[in-house]
Amino acid sequence: MDARTGGDAAFVAFEHVQKSYDGETLVVKDLNLSIAKGEFLTMLGPSGSGKTTCLMMLAGFETATHGEIKLNGRPINRIPPHKRGIGMVFQNYALFPHMTVAENLAFPLEVRGMGKSEREQKIKRALDMVQMGKFGGRRPAQMSGGQQQRIALARALVFEPELVLMDEPLGALDKQLREHMQFEITRLAHQLGITTVYVTHDQTEALTMSDNIAVFNDGRIQQLAPPAALYEEPTNSFVAQFIGENNTLLGTVQEIRSDVAVIRLDDGGLIDAKPVNVSRAGERTRVSIRPERVEFNKARLQPGAHTLNAEVLEFIYMGDIFRTRLRVAGNDDFIVKTRNAPDQKRLQPGQQIEIGWLPSDCRALDA
Amino acid sequence: MSDTTQASPMKAADGTPLKKSLTRALRRQKLRALALIAPLLIFVLVTFITPIADMLFRSVENQIVHDTLPNTVRALRDWDPASGEAPAEPVFRALSVDLQVATELKQHTRLGTRLNYENPGVSSLFRSSGRGADKIGKDFQDRLAGIDPAWKEGETWAAIFGSDEWLAADAAWAADKSGSQPAFRMREGIDEALPLAAHAFLMFAKDAEGAGKSPATTKPWPVFSDALAQDLESNPNPDPAALPAAEAPLIAAASAAVAGVEPFSYRDAFLAMNKGWGEVGTWETIQAYSSPYTAGYFLNAVDLERSPDGIAVRPPEERIYIKLFARTMWMSLLITVSCLVLGYPVAWLLANLRASTSNLLMILVLLPFWTSLLVRTSAWKVLLQQQGVINDILVWLRLVDDAGRLVMINNQTGTMIAMTHILLPFMILPLYSVMKTVPPTYLRAAKSLGATPWTAFWRVYFPQSIPGIGAGSILVFILAIGYYITPELVGGTEGVFISNRIAFHISSSLNWGLAAALGAILLGVVLLLYYTYDKIVGIDNVKLG
Repeated sequence: MDARTGGDAAFVAFEHVQKSYDGETLVVKDLNLSIAKGEFLTMLGPSGSGKTTCLMMLAGFETATHGEIKLNGRPINRIPPHKRGIGMVFQNYALFPHMTVAENLAFPLEVRGMGKSEREQKIKRALDMVQMGKFGGRRPAQMSGGQQQRIALARALVFEPELVLMDEPLGALDKQLREHMQFEITRLAHQLGITTVYVTHDQTEALTMSDNIAVFNDGRIQQLAPPAALYEEPTNSFVAQFIGENNTLLGTVQEIRSDVAVIRLDDGGLIDAKPVNVSRAGERTRVSIRPERVEFNKARLQPGAHTLNAEVLEFIYMGDIFRTRLRVAGNDDFIVKTRNAPDQKRLQPGQQIEIGWLPSDCRALDA
Repeated sequence: MSDTTQASPMKAADGTPLKKSLTRALRRQKLRALALIAPLLIFVLVTFITPIADMLFRSVENQIVHDTLPNTVRALRDWDPASGEAPAEPVFRALSVDLQVATELKQHTRLGTRLNYENPGVSSLFRSSGRGADKIGKDFQDRLAGIDPAWKEGETWAAIFGSDEWLAADAAWAADKSGSQPAFRMREGIDEALPLAAHAFLMFAKDAEGAGKSPATTKPWPVFSDALAQDLESNPNPDPAALPAAEAPLIAAASAAVAGVEPFSYRDAFLAMNKGWGEVGTWETIQAYSSPYTAGYFLNAVDLERSPDGIAVRPPEERIYIKLFARTMWMSLLITVSCLVLGYPVAWLLANLRASTSNLLMILVLLPFWTSLLVRTSAWKVLLQQQGVINDILVWLRLVDDAGRLVMINNQTGTMIAMTHILLPFMILPLYSVMKTVPPTYLRAAKSLGATPWTAFWRVYFPQSIPGIGAGSILVFILAIGYYITPELVGGTEGVFISNRIAFHISSSLNWGLAAALGAILLGVVLLLYYTYDKIVGIDNVKLG
């Protein structure tokens, strides 16, 4: 997407934004980010990575220490939150407890001076949109967490903002409800064509909902990519480790041939990997491979691929998959996941096997 | 699963019915819990419930008239104040006996003080007449003793009025004073035969017993002779069955002597003693306050009084309490409002500042609590008086000239300022504890929905702080209407509260009944306000923490 480059087409743009609370450390370090209109962007990262701060700066509750935030091409640093017209869903919903659902929804319309009949029409539409049409007279305390979540969503959307921010909105819900709401939120966002910035620390949520994910760590965006690319092609070790399950092996680059790097592992074994963050022989590297891409059926391996010896330490039956823990090149935590298919081999602890993988699935990253 | 378990009650492991065993287990728990709170419960009962109950009782209690003048009250029942004349002879006869007994018991001045609350001047009437009435009794005593010296002996009187068993027991006790003193028992039927004298002797016997003396050996009261003469005059031949055989001739002789004497006018004697006895007002007061319970204190407390035409408003110069109540209410309300206005922003800061800053602020809020109330109030005197710090600064700044120094103390302004300062923490603390529970996200949410900071505050934050406002206001208002020290010190005459008047009646005028009535009204007002608040806002909406 060309919007990512920070060009004029960006609906939301962060330009060299920095934020410091105490004047000593930067919570957000030189952030550059463009969000296209209608895009669903998730800010994902561990706590303290600066993602919520970015969201609050966008909403106007925090001011950037340096840099510019633009909305629709207009700098908004000096615009107070209530004039930005950005919808927001809060972590604890922040439904006003002394108002009914309908009053909560009427609030943004009232402060905009909208007439009563128009207001009622919009409230009804918004409630129907989240399938809560009958709950207008209830108070927030009389509803379950999932229902409150829907109302909070409806309230953020009822005044038809072009941009909606969501700060870990599903954190308080149980797993089943959360999965359902994930689907609901994405459906609504795409149906209404609104631009959404969603903050979460739950990677599954990020992967299933987003058009693009910005992985935050240490005040910086580590990688900005669509979910599949983020999972399959992490560009650095942090992203590889943070997203999904990951096996790592430490080694040194021996040689790089066009798209294959030969890595000498610390215990002496040789493997093939795709060079991502390494450029020359002799460099230290952390080799990353997903557990489901490890192969111990030799027939499925590419001819000429390097293989490694491994000892089975543990075999865990998990229903849909088998999870096998191996000792590989001195790493006791090497995990292999295999599908529970009729012809699948069930390994026994103590068994000696040979494992390998496609060089394209194995990425040589920064150490 | 079997039917038997459903048919018969469930049993515990040891065979006792499960219900019983559960009750027993719970009872032990309850008893233990009760034992734990027992000291507190007793403390509360003794120091809180009992005084309040006693106060409420005192505000209507009026047994002193009925107890001190029982015969007079009975005789006065038929008198009609509308007649415009003092009561007739029988009432004065009863008064003579009652007043002499009261004088012996030294209760006539107390009665006078009590009635003086209702009718100023009665006090001196009773004090002076106590001595005069005694003289009437002495005359009769001398006359009786002239007939037979036995009338001068206590034993004679005791033999007439005491029951035979009591006389024997009392003689035995008086001989060696061992064991407990036998309680006086009256002779059967003597209170019918000689009612006034029997009453007087009963009071005498009780008084003597109270002093640990035998009524038989104690010097008889002169009133006995007066009462006996009256009894014999109205009934010259008392039922012989009720009289002791030995003393019957003595009584017969006395009866004969009484019949021979020309009638003595008690009415004239009393009127000669003090003209006050001839006034209708005096008797009206005695009659009005003769029942054991009275609404008089309450009437007094709301500036009303009894008059011949029923209940009427007091003359304007005597009306003080309604004005004081109104002033107390109005000023308490103003103090509450100013506490709210000053306290709300402080509480907001406390709840929303960083922990280190708000802790410092909290110490500043609590600092007044750690200083003596007297010191704080006196400090206001220093600040507010005409030669005080504030006036000096204003003069120095040339905002007022030296002649025009502001009067800010010993008036309502002084009370308002000092009490607002003293009660401020009671507003801030409940507000703070409620505001602490309102997350700042609500304000953010309101702003993100397009509300200006003011709208966000007014529509979202303020309604959620109402429970704190309610709690703080109730607390401050109730404390304020009962406040005493501060208005006393800085209020002057214009800034005093009803509580200062209550304190005056408790400690200076000793009219405890009126003080109790004023206190009861104050309590009633507070309860009424509480009830109204509950109806309008709902008491569930009050949060103290």
